[in-house]
Amino acid sequence: MSKVFIAFQTNEDTRPIIEAILADNPHAVLDEQPAMVKIDAEGELVIKRESIEELIGRDFDLQELQVNLITISGHLDEDDDQFKLSWLN
Amino acid sequence: MDMHVKKLGLKEKYAHMTRGLGWDTTYQPMEKVFPQATFEGIKIHDWEKWEDPFRLTMDAYWKYQAEKERKLYAVLDAFAQNNGHLGITDARYLSAIKLFLTGISPLEYVAHRGFAAAGRNFPGVGPRVACLMQSIDEVRHAQTQIHAISNYNKHYDGFHDFKHMLERVWYLSVPKSFFDDAFSAGPFEWMIAIGFSFEYVLTNLLFVPFMSGAAYNGDMATVTFGFSAQSDEARHMTLGLECIKFMLEQDPDNLPIVQKWIDKWAWRGIRVLSLVGMMMDYMLPKRVMSWKEAWEIYFEQNGGALFNDLARYGIKVPECLTQCSVDKEHISHQAWATFYQYGGAAAFHTWMPNDEEMDWLSAKYPNTFDKYYRPRFTYWREQAEQGNRFYSNTLPMLCQVCQIPMLFTEPDDPTQICYRESEYKGEKYHTCSDGCKHIFDDEPEKYIQAWLPVHQIYQGNCFNEGVDPTAEGFDPLAEVLKWYHLEHGKDNLDYEGSRDQQNFQAWRGMATQNT
Repeated sequence: MSKVFIAFQTNEDTRPIIEAILADNPHAVLDEQPAMVKIDAEGELVIKRESIEELIGRDFDLQELQVNLITISGHLDEDDDQFKLSWLN
Repeated sequence: MDMHVKKLGLKEKYAHMTRGLGWDTTYQPMEKVFPQATFEGIKIHDWEKWEDPFRLTMDAYWKYQAEKERKLYAVLDAFAQNNGHLGITDARYLSAIKLFLTGISPLEYVAHRGFAAAGRNFPGVGPRVACLMQSIDEVRHAQTQIHAISNYNKHYDGFHDFKHMLERVWYLSVPKSFFDDAFSAGPFEWMIAIGFSFEYVLTNLLFVPFMSGAAYNGDMATVTFGFSAQSDEARHMTLGLECIKFMLEQDPDNLPIVQKWIDKWAWRGIRVLSLVGMMMDYMLPKRVMSWKEAWEIYFEQNGGALFNDLARYGIKVPECLTQCSVDKEHISHQAWATFYQYGGAAAFHTWMPNDEEMDWLSAKYPNTFDKYYRPRFTYWREQAEQGNRFYSNTLPMLCQVCQIPMLFTEPDDPTQICYRESEYKGEKYHTCSDGCKHIFDDEPEKYIQAWLPVHQIYQGNCFNEGVDPTAEGFDPLAEVLKWYHLEHGKDNLDYEGSRDQQNFQAWRGMATQNT
């Protein structure tokens, strides 16, 4: 399996997003770099709208992720409830 | 009565606001409206199969892009209002940012034009909408980076005429020719060149480590435009990858064409990134990671995962990558050595690393730095300290394809300059590597037209009007610099003794003292 990753700017908006991702993806590894946070994961990584909403206490649209997104690796599949990155091989 | 109206889900909304906006023409046949869709040989049977995984529609696009812009300009304003330029590690850093802003930023504008053209030329509505968004993204990047140039141009040399220089200066033709080559191809090749090779495979190497480097070096303005641009790149990468998958799934005959383009553009992109390697290893006063480390994370691991995935379509890893595992130990040192020698003709400053920096390079490049580069660099530094700073008064020969000077060495001998020769219609052409020779030999008719800045000087095309190259005491380099709008003694030469160095020290002194 190959690794997928996602990176965000380090700021107050992304703190709960990162917390939610790490909670939902126990196999994910956090890599904190200057001004950015990168999360690596074997095979796939799933970001769930509900988990973020629970932490921030308001409705969240997954497309809001784009404001602080730096980069991704892997095939993306996004709908209203989740944002999934994966490699098929 | 139930007045509750259910909002459309993302998938339905995307379907309505992309597919629902397309139509087939009736006054004119579709093939006449989209004449560029077929000549490259790519066969598409069903454009409806194209899906944007972000499922982004124009209404959401405007909303989120506006938010990115507000955040970005808040930081740029704060940077300007608080003399943010005095917070950088030291003024050598400015040379890195000069190279980036004069070499890369104008290409954002070319990318804007290219994606506008691709959006016009694809008959499918899915890629048309995605290309439209990317085209607007790219013009945003060009604008924000020009605003960043403007802030630095108020205080430092070398930023004053980027557009004029891009079309003339020898090393700026490297990134420029990459985009010219892509833009003069068809829409599908453009998507592989920029959408796939540049965006998916390479922008991580351009933006991520370099912008982290800007953060390490106190350059808030660059970090912000860089990350703001990069937030769009995630979407661009996805578009590039989607385009590759789409072509490969549509028809088996597309595979050899796509493979040829991947091989070509991976190599073209890797060559351009030599400039980034040099920035990371030599031009950032505070290093974040070595070029070799960045290459291993973002190219070998990430690119490896991508090629593993594409193997199911029959795509093979480009052949040139074997050479890259040797080159990653050398290219940044060789490129910097070249700019140091030709520092009289560059619009930024050059210098030799100090002892601490050389030790860092030895630790990062244990197989090559001490053996091949430290002795040479130490010698040059000693010579400069004795007042014999070496400058070559000519310019190097350029590769006919990538336009990089012939500075790289043979894959099996780092002491021997590598060059390859091809013949076409009785003329000889030179390339820097097997990769570039291969590209040249495949389309010689295209590359013989390359505008090579150094060759053009020798042909007498790079002097101001009225200059007489046969006159007594004619100084070709001085005349070329005038034609570049590059001011000798201010924009060029060594960092030591430069106006940037003096001004930065004086201004930083004023910012921290009362006298």
